[in-house]
Amino acid sequence: MNAPYLFKRLGYGLLLMLGVVVLNFFLIRLAPGDPAVVIAGEMGGATEEMLESIREEYGLNKPVLTQLGIYVGNIAQGDLGESYFFNQPVSKLIGERIYPTVLLVLSALIMAIVLGVFLGVLAARKPNGPMSAFVAVFSTIGYAVPVFWTGIMLIILFASVWPIFPVEGMLSVKLRDAGIIVRSLDILHHLALPAFTLAIIYLAQYARLSRASMLEVLGSDYVRTARAKGASERTVLFKHALRNAALPILTVAGLQFGSLISGALLVETVFNWPGMGTLAFDAILRRDYPTIMGVLFIASGIVVVANLLTDLSYRLADPRLRGKS
Amino acid sequence: MKLVSRLLGAAAFAALSVSAVPAFADGGTLVIASTQVPRHLNGAVQSGIATAVPSTQIFASPIRYDENWEPQPYLAKSWEVSDDGLSVTLNLVDNATFHDGKPVTSEDVAFSIMTTKENHPFKSMFAPVETVETPDAHTAVIKLNQPHPALLLALSPALAPVIPKHIYGDGQDAKSHPANSAPIGSGPFMLEEFKPGEAIVMKKNPNFFIDGRPKLDEIIVRIIKDQSALLIAMENGEADMYPFMDGSQAIRRLEKADHLELTQEGYAGVGPVNWLAFNTQSPKLSDVRVRQAIAFATDRDFITKALHRGVSMPQRGPIVESSPFFDDAIAAYDVDLDKAKALMAEAGFADGMDLTVDYIPGPKEQQQTIAEYLKSQLKKIGINVTVRAAPDFPTWAGRVSGHDFELSMDVVFNWGDPVIGVHRTYLSDNIKKGVIWSNTQSYANAEVDALLNAAAVEMNPGKRAELYSQFQHIVAQDLPVYWINTLPYHTAYDKRLVNPPKGIWGTMHPLDTVSWGE
Repeated sequence: MNAPYLFKRLGYGLLLMLGVVVLNFFLIRLAPGDPAVVIAGEMGGATEEMLESIREEYGLNKPVLTQLGIYVGNIAQGDLGESYFFNQPVSKLIGERIYPTVLLVLSALIMAIVLGVFLGVLAARKPNGPMSAFVAVFSTIGYAVPVFWTGIMLIILFASVWPIFPVEGMLSVKLRDAGIIVRSLDILHHLALPAFTLAIIYLAQYARLSRASMLEVLGSDYVRTARAKGASERTVLFKHALRNAALPILTVAGLQFGSLISGALLVETVFNWPGMGTLAFDAILRRDYPTIMGVLFIASGIVVVANLLTDLSYRLADPRLRGKS
Repeated sequence: MKLVSRLLGAAAFAALSVSAVPAFADGGTLVIASTQVPRHLNGAVQSGIATAVPSTQIFASPIRYDENWEPQPYLAKSWEVSDDGLSVTLNLVDNATFHDGKPVTSEDVAFSIMTTKENHPFKSMFAPVETVETPDAHTAVIKLNQPHPALLLALSPALAPVIPKHIYGDGQDAKSHPANSAPIGSGPFMLEEFKPGEAIVMKKNPNFFIDGRPKLDEIIVRIIKDQSALLIAMENGEADMYPFMDGSQAIRRLEKADHLELTQEGYAGVGPVNWLAFNTQSPKLSDVRVRQAIAFATDRDFITKALHRGVSMPQRGPIVESSPFFDDAIAAYDVDLDKAKALMAEAGFADGMDLTVDYIPGPKEQQQTIAEYLKSQLKKIGINVTVRAAPDFPTWAGRVSGHDFELSMDVVFNWGDPVIGVHRTYLSDNIKKGVIWSNTQSYANAEVDALLNAAAVEMNPGKRAELYSQFQHIVAQDLPVYWINTLPYHTAYDKRLVNPPKGIWGTMHPLDTVSWGE
């Protein structure tokens, strides 16, 4: 891997984020509803003078291109603006929400990879066996069912009918002052349902992918050799076959980060998980342009970085790709 | 495999461990659940229940009200209204301090009233206030340019929080002041943490100026936007109180929870009216006979008893029944389809017409369900109704404030005194395109204007009630709005709570006497 390649990729990433900013800027403004009227409505009504003062304060009375120029200029200086609704800097709001979103996404990703690969490997052992059929059915359901429906069903089942998990949020409010261990366990407890909900769709994909990949690898010569030299089935599966089958899985994991983030936004809304998704949801409902744009900007940044890291790690892992740009 | 087994075991243990954590010592903490997201916590520049609930805990106000609509001392230990009604003197307590230790003085009261006057959306609250004089540190004299019978009610905690001049007087715009999200007041609870859209944590103010209060150590407002999740939280005991609950299914469901009590008390001041507004400038609706025909064709009893399962009350006029100014004798428009058809024919619409109904995105039962009922019901008198949903509040607000509607359903609060919550939607000088919750019906009647303007300055309660009675009779005939029902607000709360909020302002009132029983 060479430095020019890295800079080139970073440059593409920055251009992509600029594109995201400009596109979102215009898309949001296509939605009906004047933010000043919404702010006034949220205040409980307003006079015409107050509406004008709101437009003046947030620069909404300036030409759209001027607003875009100001916004891009501010972003270049690291200023994401001030939330119309929450009356606070967007960077502060996102700063408080980014950790729960990343925690949710990474937990779901790890859960999906670990369980998905495990199921895929088991299915690949006997391609026509019951486990393989289970993985096929589970994958189909996992693909087909909307993530918010899964979430609602899990809430009904595990928070209402059989209340072993909390219904929403990230931390029990009454445990705010508890020790770090109790709070960490409480966060894990709250994390279980949303992470599993988000993981299901990807878990199904990883199960199918690893099953196909394993089937291909299990038919190769070196696996036959491993078996011939008397290696146990577990060693053959997990030591010899899985290592080689894992490369495409890891690539897909990196590339799927974007869709995981968008899935997380939905899951957060269902479980009232205090991440960027719930923030975006609140902001969209209130035409809070700076917050919506800020969330999309940061989310696109996360995806660009994740894709870049995946690409780089893949090049590290596979010597054949080094030197190619 | 061993590692996987260990991880699964650890996860299960973690889940079980957390389940086994004993319930927090509940004695001092009250968790209020809410679906409402506040912009910030300063009720001096922001109306609405989302802000008022925490704001009334953090900020004290000059006066508070009891459950009989009687003003009671708060920051003002007493007050006098001059004979001509043009001056109100507030005698302040001398032991009140803000949460940062600075004393509350008449300067703060004067600053707060003038800030609220300039920035609060309810302009009528303090419009007649000319100045607030401060002859000494504990006396504030409100000078008015006309008598203002609604003034004392406007000095309630939900409407007139006393904000510290030494913080807000720094020249920044009060509407977007950074302190709005980290407020310092002199109320019974101090802000500990504000997580926008998530939670508001307030701790007991140890230096509160009323001895022995507050009783609770802590109040947490937990924002759970999904009502289903909120109901489960109430059933599971994760939350202790759920005010402003308005769905009949939710009410019936929580009624079954053994540890909860439900009450309809606490909403007399809010006065939430669900209505069908007419755009009186629309050629189809400018004739009062068409509006009356729609009223005669609509069955309030069916809506309240069948669609709302008996939890809401019919609303016949602009002023809610719980208000001292309500007139029981106004026209009711009992269902009469023949009369409705005759009125349509008289108005020249014997062949019917097409109308579109918009509704504010909100509880389906209060809006969409009624809109769909209207569609089927008005068909009986030849009106083809198209129900036009709005995906969100901005879309609906844009249509209604831009007068781009024919019929629109909405919830509007009385806010205690008609001057504050009622006048704004009937006065002809408040027809302001682009301004939501103004007179968006474009209703103009000089007699109504005169009556409301007279009632706004009439200090004699009996004479004032008479003026409002005439107003109610006229608008019930003119029907710029067809009032449907009062929102069936209920508060669900843990039965062990002592002194749950049942006054006229409910939870938009200091909860300093609420405590946990045995």
